[in-house]
Amino acid sequence: MPSLGADMDAGTLVEWLVRAGDTVHRGDPMAVVDTDKSAIEVESFDDGVVEALLVEPGTRVAVGTPLARLVAVGMTVAAPEQSAAPAAASRPAPSPGQVVVPAPSPGPVVVPVGGRPGGRVSPYARRLARELGVDLDRVSGSGADGAVHAEDVLAARATTTEQVPDSPAVEEPVALESSAPPARSARSARRETIAALMSRAKREIPHYYVATTVDLHALTEWLRRTNRERSVAERIVPAAAVLKAAALAARRHPGLNGFWVDDAFVPAPEVHLGVAVHVRDGALVAPAIHRTADLSLPEVMAALRDLVSRARAGRLRRAEMADPTLTVTDLGDQGVEEVIGVIYPPQVALLGVGRVVERPWAVDGLLGVRPTVRLTLSGDHRATDGATGARFLTTLDELLQHPEEL
Amino acid sequence: MSGRPLLATRKETTGTRNGRRLDLLREMTRIRVFEERCVELYSATKIRGFLHVAIGEEAVAAGVCGLLEDDDAVVSTYREHGHALARGVPMDSVMAEMYGKVTGCSRGRGGSMHLFDASRRFYGGNAIVGGGLPPAVGLALADRMRSRRRATVCFFGDGAFAEGEFHESLNLAALWHLPVLFACENNLYAMGTALAKSHAQTDLALRAASYGVASWTVDGMDVLAVEEATARALERIRNGGGPVFLELRTYRFRAHSMFDPDRYRDKAEVAAWRERDPLELLARRMREDGELTDADREVLVAEATAEVDAAVRFAEESPLEDVDELTRFVYSDPAEV
Amino acid sequence: MTTAPVTTTETTYREALREALREALREDDRVFLMGEDVGSYGGCFAVTLGLLEEFGPERVRDTPLSESTFVGAGIGAALGGMRPIVEIMTVNFSMLALDQILNNAATLLHMSGGQLNVPLVIRMTTGAGRQLAAQHSHSLEGWYAHIPGLKVIAPATLEDARGMLWTALQDPDPVLLFEHGSLYNMSGALATGAGHVDIQRAAVRRPGRDLTLVSYGGSLSTSMTAADELSAGGIEVEVIDLRVLRPLDDATIMESVRRTHRAVVVDEGWRSGSLAAEVSARITEQCFFELDAPVERVCSAEVPMPYAKHLEEAALPQVATVVAAARKVVS
Repeated sequence: MPSLGADMDAGTLVEWLVRAGDTVHRGDPMAVVDTDKSAIEVESFDDGVVEALLVEPGTRVAVGTPLARLVAVGMTVAAPEQSAAPAAASRPAPSPGQVVVPAPSPGPVVVPVGGRPGGRVSPYARRLARELGVDLDRVSGSGADGAVHAEDVLAARATTTEQVPDSPAVEEPVALESSAPPARSARSARRETIAALMSRAKREIPHYYVATTVDLHALTEWLRRTNRERSVAERIVPAAAVLKAAALAARRHPGLNGFWVDDAFVPAPEVHLGVAVHVRDGALVAPAIHRTADLSLPEVMAALRDLVSRARAGRLRRAEMADPTLTVTDLGDQGVEEVIGVIYPPQVALLGVGRVVERPWAVDGLLGVRPTVRLTLSGDHRATDGATGARFLTTLDELLQHPEEL
Repeated sequence: MSGRPLLATRKETTGTRNGRRLDLLREMTRIRVFEERCVELYSATKIRGFLHVAIGEEAVAAGVCGLLEDDDAVVSTYREHGHALARGVPMDSVMAEMYGKVTGCSRGRGGSMHLFDASRRFYGGNAIVGGGLPPAVGLALADRMRSRRRATVCFFGDGAFAEGEFHESLNLAALWHLPVLFACENNLYAMGTALAKSHAQTDLALRAASYGVASWTVDGMDVLAVEEATARALERIRNGGGPVFLELRTYRFRAHSMFDPDRYRDKAEVAAWRERDPLELLARRMREDGELTDADREVLVAEATAEVDAAVRFAEESPLEDVDELTRFVYSDPAEV
Repeated sequence: MTTAPVTTTETTYREALREALREALREDDRVFLMGEDVGSYGGCFAVTLGLLEEFGPERVRDTPLSESTFVGAGIGAALGGMRPIVEIMTVNFSMLALDQILNNAATLLHMSGGQLNVPLVIRMTTGAGRQLAAQHSHSLEGWYAHIPGLKVIAPATLEDARGMLWTALQDPDPVLLFEHGSLYNMSGALATGAGHVDIQRAAVRRPGRDLTLVSYGGSLSTSMTAADELSAGGIEVEVIDLRVLRPLDDATIMESVRRTHRAVVVDEGWRSGSLAAEVSARITEQCFFELDAPVERVCSAEVPMPYAKHLEEAALPQVATVVAAARKVVS
């Protein structure tokens, strides 16, 4: 079970996309896993032949539990272990020639949306934990970035040996202690994750907000004209143009594109815009459109369509969940005019987009009716000031006045 | 092995002028046939890497090396097949080295450019232009400090004149009166660059003399002239007269290496020098003096061809070094790799 | 080794080197000394002072300023049965002899299929700290440690200054001996009978349980001082003196790191592609699962060494920077 977020410690296998005997290549989707946030496709990190599926659909297992066993192509396939216990089986030690996929170690190493940036475990601490039977998920790190060192493992062992003598897998996610009924629905688990994340955002991030109303006359006219030449499936909606413009604006204002880590801002080298999508059961995900600024407008549109449909089908990829550098929440389709959003930690800004509304609008001293949109930037005051947010919105406005250049 | 007996034969016959000349012609023929075969084998991909032949320059190798004693030392360049053969390095081991075989004179580590034979005090095979001069000075220094009556011959080309190491080495050898014979094979081209294009003063002996080294210019195509000059130089060196510099004016008939299209030389120039082929020059003189017949020459070529055939057979049949031995000879103690 | 009671003599690193040279010249008539100003001048750093008078101009040879040729002559003399000791004034000047060191000394044995070994010792001064600016101050021994066929040693103590040379002279292959310029005046007590030492092993100069500080040459004293300071703060540092930069003594380093689980490498060379990088990589290769923190390196700033004192100090590993790196690793 891969860690699909720093705050994830278990997941439910929803569906296998491969069968024993299948040949898989690096990057191929192998299974669908339901985390507390979303259903995500799990990819293979190796080439090989699936020797055995170790976990049955519907089973919830701890991060780090092997889901399947691969053997390198060309190697003798060992007799499949019929008795492989699906769920809380002790982690089988991979034998030589076998590749356990995907099996990242319990210490999460990705820095995903909303994940705490720490989670590092020193190799020695990892070895000690294995030898002493200490569950690293229960160890809090004392080092820089919250890294877990050997002494943390030793301390954790001292405090937990009496209470949890032998707990191979963690069944419960680390969540708000107040609400942890023994058997919770996936929905409530997801709500808890969102609750924890948003609580942290409001607790830790000093938000500021700047807003502006943008005239979309040029954009809508241009879209009307150009969409005539596009097939129905390829037509571009204003939201896609706003996304592309926001990505370009983020590139010009890199202070808003990145992460707050260790009391410092770390700019992201690329712009991966997160797009907030509401999915079934009231869950909310914000997967990334990779390198948004480098895509053409039709490509952004296609990516947006694809992302939304896959998010709603529960088929997001791991990297999409982990990579956003700046998130856009567009609630125009819900009818509201203004969105003042909460930043996803460790990101440092969020762009709220309202409904396109026709408003009376003065141009060159004459009053007319124009399509407009209300754009609101929520910024992390630790990373930037309102002036940066204001300049971002101004840039965004200017970009939207020249849609042909998007 | 096939190399040593020839050296012995030569010494037996050195007493007479006729025998001496025949020995020189035999040695040059040997080198010529060997190198022509190398070119052929290179084209057939039996020999790889860089291959520099000295066809046309055989008089230098034969004329200088023929007079050396067993405990004299030779330091050479990357165009050194002739020097090695004339020094007595067995042809079998030279050819095996070209093949990269374990029986090669450098156990397959050196190839054409790095032939070594410690037992014959043949110190290689140095492929850095000018790089052989300082060690030659050091070999001579050791002899002087131990009061040994030896000479060290250092071969290098006109290209080395542009290197600082040449000037440093001549100065130091002269300063310390060291027993070195600096044998400069001036073939007029440093790879493809003509001497006159890279040197303001092209009189090499003049420049060497400026360091206080006795310096003579010699017709390097005339093996008898080379031998005579070498004899005088060695006598001076062995008698404590300090280093001697010989500018041996010669010419390579083929291109610099197998990769060289030879664009920088005029065909007429090459043809003119071929008229002075050192083998033909000596053979003609011997014929005129009634010392050589066409049949004699055919015998010499047949002998050399047979020796080369045997060397090729030896190389072909020799084993390759075991790959487990890859890191051997990095340090004297194999445990230290 | 000796049953006599240990008496000591107050001496300096310079005098210890000189005594080693004197012993070599006295004990082995194949040994001779050659280099720029080693004779009449007494050596640029006065290491060879008095040796010309004692052993004469045949065995203590002043050379012209021809680094390539007198190093190459050392190679030739070694091939000819001598045991030359060549002195190059500073490692920066040795660049002029790099052709001979790399293309001949280091390669002849292999290139000749094992026929020609080169028993040559080359001594040179290395390192900064004396405001000699960018052509006399660099620590390039790491470059030489890159080259198979060479042995590279760096005496950092009086014992090693006294004892390494003889062992190097017994070695059948070329040995480069690096003397850090700031050490020549280092004084201390040396056992009266101090003699030959090995040139194979690193040495633990101070035991400790919390952290391994790997160092050599001129950086050893910096590391030892830093260790004292850290000890006062409750961090017990084990200091390793590499002594031999090629071949590296992995065993001693790894044995220590397996106990302390943390390592900092102090190297006056530039960081990129440095000896410190090599040591760090080996620790990661061999002790990854023993490490409780990333390996840290303290190296010189990546600038040509500046002249002004404050700039030079800022460029070099200092006690404070070593202490900071150690604290970071232990925190």
